[in-house]
Amino acid sequence: MNILDIIGPVMVGPSSSHTAGAVRIGLAARKLLGEEVRKAEIYFHGSFMATGRGHGTDRAVVAGLLGFAVEDERIPESFAYAGESGLAFSIRGIDLGDDVHANTVKMNICGESGRGLEVIASSIGGGRIWIDEIDGLNINVGGEYPTLIVHNLDEPGHVTGVTSLLADRSVNIAAMQLYRMGRGGEAVMVLECDQEIPGEAILCLRRLDGIRKVTYLNMGIGHETEEGHVRLSGEDNHGYKGKKMGFLADRAGG
Amino acid sequence: MYEAMREAVRAYDPARASKSALVGGEGEKMRNAREAGNLICGDFIGHTMEIALKLGESNACMRRIVAAPTAGSCGVVPAVLLAMEAERGFPRERMIHALYVAAGIGGVIANRAFIAGAAGGCQAEIGTASAMAAGAAVFLMGGGADAIASAAALTLKNLMGLVCDPVAGLVEIPCVKRNAMGAVNALICADEALAGIYSKIPPDQVIDAMRAVGKAMPDDLKETGTGGLAATPWGIEVGEKIGPLS
Ligand code: SF4
Repeated sequence: MNILDIIGPVMVGPSSSHTAGAVRIGLAARKLLGEEVRKAEIYFHGSFMATGRGHGTDRAVVAGLLGFAVEDERIPESFAYAGESGLAFSIRGIDLGDDVHANTVKMNICGESGRGLEVIASSIGGGRIWIDEIDGLNINVGGEYPTLIVHNLDEPGHVTGVTSLLADRSVNIAAMQLYRMGRGGEAVMVLECDQEIPGEAILCLRRLDGIRKVTYLNMGIGHETEEGHVRLSGEDNHGYKGKKMGFLADRAGG
Repeated sequence: MYEAMREAVRAYDPARASKSALVGGEGEKMRNAREAGNLICGDFIGHTMEIALKLGESNACMRRIVAAPTAGSCGVVPAVLLAMEAERGFPRERMIHALYVAAGIGGVIANRAFIAGAAGGCQAEIGTASAMAAGAAVFLMGGGADAIASAAALTLKNLMGLVCDPVAGLVEIPCVKRNAMGAVNALICADEALAGIYSKIPPDQVIDAMRAVGKAMPDDLKETGTGGLAATPWGIEVGEKIGPLS
């Protein structure tokens, strides 16, 4: 375990899960959208709804949507900054059911080009986050690796097309998930990679036949600044993979 | 990180209040009491408490802090380290070494048990911070590995069973004051170990016991803000006043 897993991150309080994790969720949504966010409908579930106001979770998510980092001291005033930079947002409570993590947020966001995105993400402890759904699709990624989300037609050859394009650029794939809506419909691949994916590669991917949409998420978590390093708690770093969590191994207190 | 801790103390602002307005100004009061020479514990312990309160408070007030090991317990390790540095003038490099010792102890506890209130109660959170600080303090005073491990074990023994019961689910009450307690507990245990008063129970077994106790704690007492102090009539009233988000 890295020393920074225990001491750090440098962050704005009061809670690594309810504040720092919430900032990261906002940041992830912003990166997934790939442009300035103009409108956001934010829905808090569970503990985020119950104690979110006191923990500044509301301001934290908005700060993330504005692109602020977890140690940014403007976080408490993010609502004012949102006003200045033309981000309109609403925050409400929601019940997403019993089998989602207690610290979960659903967001419908819209960018300056009019592009929209629906994201459901959870803060799973120590500032780490988990993206559960994008546009209604379960994707289950942690955002710790550079991640590509490719929507394509469910036809033979697209997986090879995408992976060989990455291989040509010496990008190694750490994990891959495939989904489809039904035979011959739309399919989605989620690729978590060891290396960053060059912008040029993403453009090439977008141009491939049968590829509907390419989204790139690079939070740089784990290798961003020293301060940004994400910590693992003893409880939640053992083979955790999958979005239904029975635990709250949360360092919220924490 | 050490500098970030120092900076967090320097940036302390007694005028800030937390969102609930329950927290603010505690560190300043402790400083005033120190200056007036009114402290039963004396100035060094007073200084330690002052730093711990200031950081716990800053965390509650959404200021920048260093989680060590968590945001809620961010005051304990810096309080012990910075107060000892001020008192004894250790060179910077030694302070950084001490921080490594602290991180190592935290790493062992994280791997063997947990370090979050939500996972194992406050004994896991303030307890771990206290163990880290105690080990670092023993190291600073020239104690060996056995004394360091023993000091860490003693802190956990003292805090065994402490529940996580923040009022209204906010990291404010009792958290800010528990930072001061965790820091002073670390000093007590460090001095015991340095005096040769070791933990009779091996440190690993103490951590395992802490884990077992944490597992046995009901959810009410693990940061949900529904048991313990949070369930006092006063605590419930505060919770209702702040209210949920919608
Ligand atoms: S009571 Fe809970 S939230 Fe407060 S310091 Fe202890 S573990 Fe952290």
